[in-house]
Amino acid sequence: MKIETKNLSKNFGDKKALNHINLTIEPNKIIGLLGRNGAGKTTLLQLLAGHFKPSEGEILINGENPFNRSHVLEKVCLISEANNFKRKLKIREILKMISRFYPNWSQPTAERLLKIFNLAPSLNAKGLSKGMESALSIIIGLSSRTDITIFDEPYIGMDAYARYRFYAILLEEYEAYPRTIIISTHLIDEVSNLFEDVVLMHDGSILLHESAEEMKNKSLQISGSLEKVTAFSEGKNVIYTTQIMGQKTVFIYGEKAIEEQQAKAMGLSVERCSIQELMVHLTNSQEEGLYV
Amino acid sequence: MDLKLREDIPIFQQITETIESGILEGLYQVDDRVPSSNEFAKYYQINPATAAKGINQLVEQEILFKKRGIGMFVGNNARTIILSKRKDRFYTDYIIPLQNEAMKLGITSEELSKLIQKGDVHEN
Repeated sequence: MKIETKNLSKNFGDKKALNHINLTIEPNKIIGLLGRNGAGKTTLLQLLAGHFKPSEGEILINGENPFNRSHVLEKVCLISEANNFKRKLKIREILKMISRFYPNWSQPTAERLLKIFNLAPSLNAKGLSKGMESALSIIIGLSSRTDITIFDEPYIGMDAYARYRFYAILLEEYEAYPRTIIISTHLIDEVSNLFEDVVLMHDGSILLHESAEEMKNKSLQISGSLEKVTAFSEGKNVIYTTQIMGQKTVFIYGEKAIEEQQAKAMGLSVERCSIQELMVHLTNSQEEGLYV
Repeated sequence: MDLKLREDIPIFQQITETIESGILEGLYQVDDRVPSSNEFAKYYQINPATAAKGINQLVEQEILFKKRGIGMFVGNNARTIILSKRKDRFYTDYIIPLQNEAMKLGITSEELSKLIQKGDVHEN
């Protein structure tokens, strides 16, 4: 399902959580939604899941506003970090209840995942550890098989083993049943190879929306002698600089591949930046003066 | 063959190079089936579209051909095409970095060619 926002804003009192966002997400891609705390990621996702109305503008799922429209919302599953199971229910009962919301629910997937994550259906959901609770949320997200499945920092308390299992199963599920999957996370390095597109948010706005590969292609990490690197980077979009022992490294964003050949010809060392490094430095560049 | 991902070149390019090396090393012969984009996605834990991009490039270059619904197979001239591609890149990928390092170490070009010849002797 296609997702579109037009001039979308959301205010909470005086705080502008989202500021006139225009975004189009084509169907059946795995999207990484990145940004620092308070960037507006969760607000955007909650609007998508119809939790509240926009203050201004609109959000459309296949042309329809999700708020209060159950035939749209049954195709959107938002798994959020605060997805606590407070009521005294067994895992089996919770899954049964939730499965009624989602017409595409896959019970075999749910049962397989319960085994993989070592959760007995007879367990009481209230007494689960943080990690087990996260695993249960993830099981719900993957089994829902909704056209739009959203994971908002889903794995608080999950150990590295469980997280890697999650990534592997996510990929399997995506291949078996392609759908739009949006992952918002701070553990970017672990998961960035799964992203087809990246949406980077900052201060309630979209800083960039690009294919993950293009984003990496536009980045260069140039190292070499202070003089040469300074000469090379002049007039270019430098997002990060560091130096030691007469050597300098700069991160450059938005340049064409031809720059790479130039740098190599000057005997400079050329690498690409990881998505995580780009997120850190791109969302910092506005306030660079503070950190120098 | 390199079965681990590197950070310095795009992932789709690493997929093409892995398949190409597999063919050059004789692991895959003409008409053999190579792994699908989903198999690569699973192995490397990457987005299937990225793996597909690498494989499609090899189809365009006629190194692989597609049998609908069955998979990707090694083309008749795969080896020749890969060899000429790799030779074109040999200068930029190997000679230039070699010269750069030699320059840093103060190795003259005569010394360098002697070293290369010395390598030859070892080979024989």
